[in-house]
Amino acid sequence: MQQTSTPATPGIDALSRLQSAGRYALELEAVSRHFGALVALADINITLEAGERRAVLGSNGAGKTTLFNAITGDFLPTTGSVRLFGEDVTDLPSHERIRRGLRRTYQISLLFGGLSVIDNVYLACRGQRRGRYSLRRTKRDDSSMHLAETLIAAVFLEDVRHSLVAELSYGQQRQLEIALALAGAPRLILFDEPAAGLSPVERSGLVEILQALPKHIAYIIIEHDMDVALRVVESVTMMHNGRIFKEGTPEEIENDPEVQELYLGQGHGAD
Amino acid sequence: MDSDHLSAESFIFKNLNPAIYIVVAFLLVYPLFASNYFIFQIAAYSLILGTIALSLMMLAGYGGMVSLAQLSAAGLAGYLMAILGQNSSDVMGLGWPWWLAVIVAILSAALFSTLVGAIAVRTEGIYTIMITLAIAVAFFYFARQNYVLFNGFTGYAGILPPTLFGINWRDPIPFYYLSLFVASGFFGAVLYSSRSTFGLSLQAIRDNPRRMRALGYNTSMHRIAAFFFSGVIAGTAGVLLVWFNTRISPGSIGVDVVIDILVIAVVGGMRHPIGPFLGALAFVLLQNFAIDLIDRERFNTVIGTVFLLVVLFSPDGILGIWQALIRKLKLARQGNHSQSRQSVTGSSDATSTDSTQA
Repeated sequence: MQQTSTPATPGIDALSRLQSAGRYALELEAVSRHFGALVALADINITLEAGERRAVLGSNGAGKTTLFNAITGDFLPTTGSVRLFGEDVTDLPSHERIRRGLRRTYQISLLFGGLSVIDNVYLACRGQRRGRYSLRRTKRDDSSMHLAETLIAAVFLEDVRHSLVAELSYGQQRQLEIALALAGAPRLILFDEPAAGLSPVERSGLVEILQALPKHIAYIIIEHDMDVALRVVESVTMMHNGRIFKEGTPEEIENDPEVQELYLGQGHGAD
Repeated sequence: MDSDHLSAESFIFKNLNPAIYIVVAFLLVYPLFASNYFIFQIAAYSLILGTIALSLMMLAGYGGMVSLAQLSAAGLAGYLMAILGQNSSDVMGLGWPWWLAVIVAILSAALFSTLVGAIAVRTEGIYTIMITLAIAVAFFYFARQNYVLFNGFTGYAGILPPTLFGINWRDPIPFYYLSLFVASGFFGAVLYSSRSTFGLSLQAIRDNPRRMRALGYNTSMHRIAAFFFSGVIAGTAGVLLVWFNTRISPGSIGVDVVIDILVIAVVGGMRHPIGPFLGALAFVLLQNFAIDLIDRERFNTVIGTVFLLVVLFSPDGILGIWQALIRKLKLARQGNHSQSRQSVTGSSDATSTDSTQA
């Protein structure tokens, strides 16, 4: 990675970092990730403005989920740097990044099956607050409980809030995934195929939830369903073989002949 | 199925099953009709072993970490009572006041358990079992070979509880109540805290540690904290155990006893804090009375067979068998209830049909 700062300009560097902290939710600079000889990510440069919504598209194996893992810290990048809200978090563990306002959902629901819906969301709300080691039972009038109830209502799960997560339908589990990601004042959310396996009705419910998110929350969404992905974002990044292949607005990407040939198929956009 | 609600006040009164009042009353009046043998050798010993197994249940049932070093923590507390307090072996026995020795012994056991946790949380599943077993075996050999501190193979004898308020606390009835007080205190604490933020977090880490990290939790620190709390439980039980036996030697912390604790927890059931106590009672009864059925040298065969049968037919232990029975009874009662309702509805339908026809 190239060193961009020089000893002569520390003040200007600090100033530009301060400006970028307010402007950019995420800055990836030359991020690569290798698994032995396999290059899963190669030289990825992405900047995401605060409140921006972007889709990352690409065929299976393009490196989309690896990109998310590099951002969240599940895998450290082999080279390159990750900045969240202007702060270099490349070497920070996952839980420290989460405390800086980053959230994610998973391609396959990662929930706590032995606990109830309200417990799941309550723990998500408590994750960034003090008292995580408290041995006292939480009272109903606790602020985290109130927040959990609000989030459950926001993803339409009020009727099942005391049900065990293992007993929820697949669609309800996906909704719960989103509730967990919304807990605790997120500023950047990574949605990993949130519509996978959902029925058409559940998909339109998902679009409704995503469109209703507060404007200050930036997000990146990985999604194979173009009807969902292109309706909820302002910009699109196409990936192929671990590299960024194309960037643009949803319209530009949808009408790009190369993208159509490689990813969308010949029939897409014909009408 | 609804899970328990998060509420402090509901824990104390509303959620208590009436059967619990009967059990509590029975435990309180038990010494009035039981012989000293049953009070001391059966009940008090079961409560102590159950408390050590409770520390394992807390880690394994709620945290998904099967630690075989719980008896080592209890054993360390027992050794420290002999070293810091008084013993009759003419080695060590620093003569500290009993209460100070108890506090230091329990805290040292908790610290030991925390260190075990700090090593073990880097592993999962079978590797946690192996690494904690290795620690338990290392501690056993260290105690056996160290004569300066642990008095080697012989260990220590003559370690007695204090005579306080004019009561000799090793007499069967006082010792039973002391054991009951400690066991019920930790039972209540574990049950209560299982619904606390820490308890819920621990269960969530068991279900999905990766997700918990993604929610901002330091999962390693949570697991280590669980080892600390389990060390407090094991250490306190270790003090009671050394007072019960009045002696401690490497044999008290050997691999066979380590496995006994695991057997107690598994046979009892790891899904609820009552499980270890059920397992301990079953184990102590077998240990005491299996020789009536079979040769003294072979009573472990009976215990092993019972263990095998329980695991084979109820992976959730005795507790699982009990819960399955309750479920079947409820279903049968519901079936009878709906049948009687149907017959009432049927007869009323028939009556209404008759009256319509008339």
